[in-house]
Amino acid sequence: MTRLDDAALLRLRDGLGEPDLTGTRYRILGVAGRGGMGTVYEVHDAELERDVALKVLDLEDGAVAARLRQEARILACLEHPGIVPVHEVGTLADGRTFCTMKLVRGERLDRHVARVESLAERLRIFLRIADAVAFAHSRGVLHRDLKPENVMVGSFGEVLVLDWGLAKVRGSPTRPALGIDVGGRPPGATGEGAVLGTPGFMSPEQEQGRSGEMDERADVFSLGAILRALLPDRPPRAALAMAAKATAPRREDRYPDVLSLAADVVRFLDGAAVSAFHEGLLHRALRLARRHRAALGILAAYLIGRGLILLFTRR
Amino acid sequence: MLRSGDERPLGGFPATRHSALAAIRSGDEEQRRRALDVVAEAYWRPVYSYLRLQWRKPHDEAADLTQEFFTHLLGKDLLSRFDPRRSRLRTFLRSCIDGLVANEHRAQGRLKRGGERHATFDFEEVRAAVERLHSPALSPEERFEQEWARGLFTAALDRLRRDCEREGRAPHFELFEQHELSEGPGRPSYAGLAKRFRISTSDVTNRLAGIRRRLRATVLELLRESTASEAEFRAEARALFGKDPP
Repeated sequence: MTRLDDAALLRLRDGLGEPDLTGTRYRILGVAGRGGMGTVYEVHDAELERDVALKVLDLEDGAVAARLRQEARILACLEHPGIVPVHEVGTLADGRTFCTMKLVRGERLDRHVARVESLAERLRIFLRIADAVAFAHSRGVLHRDLKPENVMVGSFGEVLVLDWGLAKVRGSPTRPALGIDVGGRPPGATGEGAVLGTPGFMSPEQEQGRSGEMDERADVFSLGAILRALLPDRPPRAALAMAAKATAPRREDRYPDVLSLAADVVRFLDGAAVSAFHEGLLHRALRLARRHRAALGILAAYLIGRGLILLFTRR
Repeated sequence: MLRSGDERPLGGFPATRHSALAAIRSGDEEQRRRALDVVAEAYWRPVYSYLRLQWRKPHDEAADLTQEFFTHLLGKDLLSRFDPRRSRLRTFLRSCIDGLVANEHRAQGRLKRGGERHATFDFEEVRAAVERLHSPALSPEERFEQEWARGLFTAALDRLRRDCEREGRAPHFELFEQHELSEGPGRPSYAGLAKRFRISTSDVTNRLAGIRRRLRATVLELLRESTASEAEFRAEARALFGKDPP
């Protein structure tokens, strides 16, 4: 009988869990992250002499492997600075499916914003996320799992939307989006009743498995939930209204698309009125005062100066 | 009757790939017995080791209790109480062992009266292995998990060794054994192994990779046979390979 001491057992448990990279040009450097079905490793590409991320399934599974391949194909078609580029997809010697992509060095959005005090700075990050999602929508792709954990802020301030594993291509069988041959069923298509996503960031239609009703507004909902997570404890009412509109339970009550939401956020940053918030006279006056603070300051200084001159010349 | 050193492969249980637990609940006595062999192969070592290490039972008593445990598993139809929706099989079995130890005197009484033994295990070899261990203090759950993993890998390695011998590839397994399973500090280098086995370094790399692949497949095969559902299989596999806490 084979004898296994604790050290050998630990070695086997760790070693057999690692992907078998025999015959590939990659060498494992460490673990970058773990998900529900797979692990992301930081690996060195000996051919191109660079470090990349290698995402691999923990166990081979036909359905999950198909989803990973589909994710890779979708990413390959979404060339955008806010979307992580994919390099390769394939099967390892141990039968597990893998894909390699750009290694993003940085931190998750939820951890990053804990150190960002300025609401304006947080909203500028949000706009970059929205920009990437809007681009994907323009190519017919829904992300369907947007949440702070799936957004990475790089060390140079770049913002990347990750984990497109639940993405869905909204193409018809006869006119597939992205040019991907979907074989009669769009990739990522989930049957009615199947629930995929993250509670708290999922739209009601997604949570209830009404996949037939899912469109861009499902991602608008998730972006609204992210926006809400970025707001401070006592947020401006207009900002809160934008998050509330984006996360309205009925999709008809939400922003019709990501660009409309982003446009409202830009207006908010500019001190202009936002479509989500019907302001009263006082609120409007205060907002205008804040927006034209500099001009009002100059005007006030001018008036005080004139007043003083008048006061002294009358004497 | 099953002995751990038997040549008869336990794999290839008929019907579905994770039929062992389902078969234990079947009405066919022969199917039930064979299914229990599969579960016993995966679990007898952890049961014995757990009794030795966690309950501090001496060898003879631990061996008797292990026999008794598997006899009860079939005779008392304990597995019919297992609900895979509520717990993992591993957790269920550990609670059964704890219950058995709590009723130890009664259990021993029945054994002495001549209860039917399901299987005969090769305790002496496990005894030697257990007595060489210097495991740190662990909680009962951690202990059983550790011994379960050790038992599963041991069974898989034994199965793989037999397969390699049958295929005339015994040196491949020996190479793997010397590199991966050697005790003490430091492992032999690839160059050292190449010299010892009179093969090239790239052959060492390829052979080690090949055996690792087969071992992984064998471990997963054993695990699938001894888990109750696909979800449990996946959860246990992730725990086994260090992807999730046990």
